[in-house]
Amino acid sequence: MDIFLQQLVNGLTIGSMFALIALGYTMVYGVMKLINFAHGDLVAGSAFVGLFVFSELLGGQISFAVVLGVFALTIILISLLGFTVERLAYRPLRNAPRLSAVVSALGASMVIQNGIMLIWGPQMRIFPELIPTIIWDIGGVVVSLIQVLIMVLSMLLMVGLYFFVEKTKIGTAIRASAIDQDAARLMGINVNNIIVTIFIIGSSLGAVGGLFIGLYYRGITFNMGWQYGLYAFVAAIMGGIGNIPGAMLGGILLGLFNAFIAGYISSTWSDAFTFILLIVILIVRPTGILGERVAEKV
Amino acid sequence: MTSSDYLFKISDLEVSYGSIAAIKGISLEVKKGEIVTILGSNGAGKTTTMRTISQLLKAKQGSIIFKGHELTKLPAHKVVSLGISHSPEGRRVFNILTVEENLMLGAYTKSKVDLEILNWVYDLFPRLQERKAQLAGTLSGGEQQMLAIGRALMSKPELLLLDEPSLGIAPILVKAIFTQIRKIAETGVTVLLVEQNARAALKLANRGYVLEVGKIVHSGSSEELLSSKRIQEAYLGKQK
Repeated sequence: MDIFLQQLVNGLTIGSMFALIALGYTMVYGVMKLINFAHGDLVAGSAFVGLFVFSELLGGQISFAVVLGVFALTIILISLLGFTVERLAYRPLRNAPRLSAVVSALGASMVIQNGIMLIWGPQMRIFPELIPTIIWDIGGVVVSLIQVLIMVLSMLLMVGLYFFVEKTKIGTAIRASAIDQDAARLMGINVNNIIVTIFIIGSSLGAVGGLFIGLYYRGITFNMGWQYGLYAFVAAIMGGIGNIPGAMLGGILLGLFNAFIAGYISSTWSDAFTFILLIVILIVRPTGILGERVAEKV
Repeated sequence: MTSSDYLFKISDLEVSYGSIAAIKGISLEVKKGEIVTILGSNGAGKTTTMRTISQLLKAKQGSIIFKGHELTKLPAHKVVSLGISHSPEGRRVFNILTVEENLMLGAYTKSKVDLEILNWVYDLFPRLQERKAQLAGTLSGGEQQMLAIGRALMSKPELLLLDEPSLGIAPILVKAIFTQIRKIAETGVTVLLVEQNARAALKLANRGYVLEVGKIVHSGSSEELLSSKRIQEAYLGKQK
């Protein structure tokens, strides 16, 4: 039982991070039908930018204001990077065949990954301990302040995003553009602006995810975007790619699954089981857990 | 003809898909308050014309002028705020949004949804009000067509483009929809209607153009077209 509760907490923590990152994949896919392979590298970049902002720009002294500043500046810089990737790598290919855009996405991923390596080096860097290590022992289950922060902040961001997408005019325009871009244009929706909006939102959430990875795991490497990106991508597919609540659910479920495999079987095998799970889901429900299944009347 | 006579004018329009010419230089005009129909069989270029007016397709040559504005230089999303609304072929409703959300999107360019127009749309098509919380994809074909027209009305257009409102719809609903189109036109909305159902379209319209493989081969008042031998044979079938 102790293992169960402990892994539940750990799983919710990493699941929250997967979910935040998965949202970036799923929103871009929803509107553009493109897997933004650069997204994972943006997440990795965020951890390095956070490190840089903290130690170079904000003086390296921990205080509440500095932590807020690290988050704010990193989010801004990473969303600018996401915006740039869209402008340079995807917009020129808007009317090109799908495969060209996919290749361009892989190219953008490599550019960012190697850019991180050129700037910060190939060795592992240690992310600063921005959040004090406070640990509670609740009946044998260890919970840290960082874990609580990750879970609570992720939840708030996801609830906020959900309301933004479901209840606001821009949110409705985003959903409309995801369904039918031409029909959206006929409504007067500037689909290019919608795409910029989702890149900025997705990159911002990814930036928060990257900072959480830094805070939680501490060791950050230039190529870690591939790994976390892949997890988040699996989470997005599990939930039903293009579906926003699906990405949230997929992320949390994948995090829990991973933690329980690590707790009960072996952490060495958790990756293998993750992909077995993906394959099973794709066989049983190719559209994902919450994938669209509205019958289309013709 | 002076500029004040028409609301909307297409001159020498050419459109191609790659190297294949779909519209080979057509000209037509629509006066304020008219219902004008473009008839033609499959592949004649009717939908291409409509999509080019809305700038979803770009013209290779020619001009499209609406109230003094050259549309061919505009991006598609700017067209609707000038007063042109397009109910596209195949309805294209947002299937996983609710009926009401679809209607609200019709008023996307307005800072506020005009409740008077919303109520008018619900008056025209009471079915939409009954089903406003339902997902649009769950509506019948006819109801989706009502939604597509209603959505197009939400921006309070001066010119309404209707692309095949009878396509794939039960005959009884076609009749109901065409009756409502007449009502819409009576409020002063100018209508450009593309149809394969030539008889229904000509009964509704004041004038018509006949499009064949990208060219206008015939035009005239609805009475003239209805009584023309050639039109009867090609588009109206045998007269009973």
